[in-house]
Amino acid sequence: MEQSLLDIRGLRTQFFTDDGLARAVDGVSYSLARGETVGVVGESGCGKSVTALSILRLIPDPPGKIVDGEILFEGTNLLTLSPAEMRRIRGNDISMIFQEPMTSLNPVFTIGNQIAEAVRLHQGLSKREAMHKAIEMLTLVGIPVPERRVHEYPHQLSGGMRQRAMIAMALSCNPKVLIADEPTTALDVTIEAQILDLMRNLQHELGTAIIMITHDLGVIAEIARKVVVMYAGKIVEQAPVEQLFAEPNHPYTQGLLQSLPRVDKDAMGAKSRLQEIPGIVPSLLNLPQGCKFASRCPKVMPICEEEEPSLDQVAPQHYSACWLNH
Amino acid sequence: MAETPLLAVKHLKKHFPIKGGVFSKTIGYVYAVDDINFTLEKGETLGLVGESGCGKSTTGRTILRLIEPTDGAICFEGQDITTLDKSAMRALRREMQIIFQDPYASLNPRMTVGSIIGEPLEIHKIAKGSEKEERVASLLQKVGLRAEDMRKYPHEFSGGQRQRIGIARALALNPKLIVCDEPVSALDVSIQAQVINLLEDLQAEFGLSYLFIAHNLNVVEHISNRVAVMYLGQIVELASDEELYKNPQHPYTEALLSAVPIPDPTVKKKRIILEGDVPSPINPPKGCHFHTRCMYKDKICEEVEPEFKDIGGGHWVACHFRPAR
Repeated sequence: MEQSLLDIRGLRTQFFTDDGLARAVDGVSYSLARGETVGVVGESGCGKSVTALSILRLIPDPPGKIVDGEILFEGTNLLTLSPAEMRRIRGNDISMIFQEPMTSLNPVFTIGNQIAEAVRLHQGLSKREAMHKAIEMLTLVGIPVPERRVHEYPHQLSGGMRQRAMIAMALSCNPKVLIADEPTTALDVTIEAQILDLMRNLQHELGTAIIMITHDLGVIAEIARKVVVMYAGKIVEQAPVEQLFAEPNHPYTQGLLQSLPRVDKDAMGAKSRLQEIPGIVPSLLNLPQGCKFASRCPKVMPICEEEEPSLDQVAPQHYSACWLNH
Repeated sequence: MAETPLLAVKHLKKHFPIKGGVFSKTIGYVYAVDDINFTLEKGETLGLVGESGCGKSTTGRTILRLIEPTDGAICFEGQDITTLDKSAMRALRREMQIIFQDPYASLNPRMTVGSIIGEPLEIHKIAKGSEKEERVASLLQKVGLRAEDMRKYPHEFSGGQRQRIGIARALALNPKLIVCDEPVSALDVSIQAQVINLLEDLQAEFGLSYLFIAHNLNVVEHISNRVAVMYLGQIVELASDEELYKNPQHPYTEALLSAVPIPDPTVKKKRIILEGDVPSPINPPKGCHFHTRCMYKDKICEEVEPEFKDIGGGHWVACHFRPAR
């Protein structure tokens, strides 16, 4: 087996809040191969974004802290690097795009300035070369009239354009890994389609590996090769995308897939009542013993409330954490 | 249909003035809603979809006169409500209610759930004291919460539960029409299904009519009997949900449907990727508003605004090239 590009092993990130200890990420392991796209899916508070921020060591400390685990990037454990070494990785080898492009771009600098800053810092280009590179990147992500746009401020761009500019910035140093945290959630459907299409093309061209974090299973089906399903800080299921949608193993994944209204099926006359998952996600401050999904699970057994199931293989490359498999 | 529809919206317009300069003169208008027509029957759900800024929320609020319309008529059970005075309008609000998108911002954090749901009952002098409490308790149970919850405050509930409180408040006065403005967009996937099912159950029980506003086509398609597609302040297409999905006529609807991510990796469909962004509603393009992004546009589209016409079987569309191309 080829060595993976990024390997997260037993990651535990916790927040020490006034109300108690929140186990936001509790023993998460997954890996990313070169040029691969991994989709991480889950509901709010399941720890998918905290995992991503932990990779880049952007967890605010205090109150947050990575208490255990390893993050191996090309064999180096990122968690042991000095702040200066980490800065060389961030934005250069691993970069990230966020959900809200308006709040993650600096409003007082031009788009060109912000892209140029990254390439000047990481690749030592001169001011002129960096500006040239910025225009080149804006062209790559399909922004019309890049020579003019490069001198504009974030507020002068539309939401979709800002997200394109963010992607241009993230890709300007040719990173090996791009972490995309809900990149299309704030966008309209037609713009979302544009951005997903762009990401796919760029990946094809540049060979960047992508971690796609989203709550939208539709986006996952569209772009990911491997899927990680998270619930309350843990991975409950991991599988290749076709396998996950065809034969979901974990009751949570099954529930999620059944609870989605689908425009393609509904319209074919087969409109039926949605399957709902009863109850709500447990609070991270007060997690139940045993399986975290037990209180909402339709197939719950006595053992589920006592002991936590481990993530076991149920088929080739397909892992699930459920007592039903034992 | 011979029967008067519950709601008939005729040539509704809402133009927001833009003020500028030293004397705050009106220097232009935002054409948020620009001449739309539709009807809503009793017990029906009409979905209203479109992208941000297309005017769908303004439409919902204008219908309740939370925003005053610029022009046009809104007939509720045959009566034009745009001419009603304040007190007549207040009385009519018993019949028409709204559920908002953000269950965090739409509940007063300093009021208990009991007073949030009970307030409309007092204002409209329907019930007070212990009778009011009984009503509130039964409403809470209707939406899947417990009667004891009336003593709690909104922050003690999760997003989905708060949305249930919002629904209970809307139901308190036994309305005939509820405008649902993106009621599930802020909720997690597993909670969305709970709220959608609840809305469907309540509709069956009380014979409610919904104007269901959302940007998520999957959700709208699921809950609606008919769907209207809005673009830049206008309805470009309106048809039954099945017809709209199987046989979209307007190029915008076609593109919108093809852009919806389907949660199934085996479905490979032809995607129409629209170029560019939605133009500004301050200065909408001449002719057909969609022509700047349309893949089929011709000369006429840049000049003449297409008529919104019935092409058969209650399928309305505004395009020069439909039905015949």
